[in-house]
Amino acid sequence: MAEAILDGHGEHGAHDAHAAGAVPTDAHQEHPVKLYFVVWGWLFVLSACSYAVDYFGVQGYLRWTLILIFMMLKAGLIVAVFMHMAWERLAMMYAIILPPVLVLVFMLMMVFEADYTLFTRITFFGAGP
Amino acid sequence: MAETTLANSGAGRAPGLQGIAADWASDQRAFKNVSWGKAMMWIFLLSDTFIFGCFLLSYMTARMSTRVPWPNPSEVFALEIGGTEIPLILIAIMTFVLISSSGTMAMAVMFGYRHDRRKAAILMLLTAALGATFVGMQAFEWTKLISEGVRPWGNPWGAAQFGSCFFMITGFHGTHVTIGVIFLIITARKVWRGDYDVGRRGFFTSRRGNYEGVEIMGLYWHFVDLVWVFIFAFFYLW
Repeated sequence: MAEAILDGHGEHGAHDAHAAGAVPTDAHQEHPVKLYFVVWGWLFVLSACSYAVDYFGVQGYLRWTLILIFMMLKAGLIVAVFMHMAWERLAMMYAIILPPVLVLVFMLMMVFEADYTLFTRITFFGAGP
Repeated sequence: MAETTLANSGAGRAPGLQGIAADWASDQRAFKNVSWGKAMMWIFLLSDTFIFGCFLLSYMTARMSTRVPWPNPSEVFALEIGGTEIPLILIAIMTFVLISSSGTMAMAVMFGYRHDRRKAAILMLLTAALGATFVGMQAFEWTKLISEGVRPWGNPWGAAQFGSCFFMITGFHGTHVTIGVIFLIITARKVWRGDYDVGRRGFFTSRRGNYEGVEIMGLYWHFVDLVWVFIFAFFYLW
């Protein structure tokens, strides 16, 4: 009984909503094949681009910018289309996508920490090994 | 009890932040049309994001704070093919293999929802095969580096932390891929047998599954690919 309630939940909720015409739910993800192929193609192109950055030996800020751009585009495509995040409810999207921002805060803290460690190492052990 | 939850999930919502607040407010189900299985997988993946995030952060901290130059990954991971050194070629192939497997997985999810059992199962097995290929190439890469003298405590080319970061990050990712391959095979078997159509109970949970199980499996697999995107960018290309 309890199982039936739990299992039936998603579908029933969706059907009710459809009947009422209130929420455009999408419990069953149905998308045209073409969409997947287009995204797949783009992922290949973007991967090839980021490999090309290394292959042609682009250096400095241009290298880092390109790497980050291609990385974010790939990650966005995978999460949005392949993982169907683009069609999830907004409450769900925010619950999953916002918390990782904290990692960026952590990153900022560790940048300062690493700078300080390097400073102490150079001060006490000298510049090179 | 069921009625209250259902009544709530049927309710409409305001757009934007107000809708989010309304969904989260009071004693009710927060993710209305998202099944518990999918929501739990997403929350697990979120926790995994933090794990890999911390690994990459510790790598960043180690690399930024060392006085010794970091080994150039472009040269370390180069392979000699036909007499010429091609930088990062194995890693590039691994990337393409994993992206291909993500594509086949997405197709498997789609055919699963269409109840096309044969195509869904074959595509999942293809995904598993590509994943196993990836792990095999990683094993080759590890063997090559270890034979060249890379250890968690040192290597011939520069900063000693290179080895520990490399083994930790790629090893943990490889473990994820391996677990994914095992579960892909299990889920493919279920789809092939038609477990989701006849409502056969799972061997571990004793619950009846449905084709959303394929999508949940897919979420995990795409996440593994997603993590590789970040490892590829930060560890191999940076």
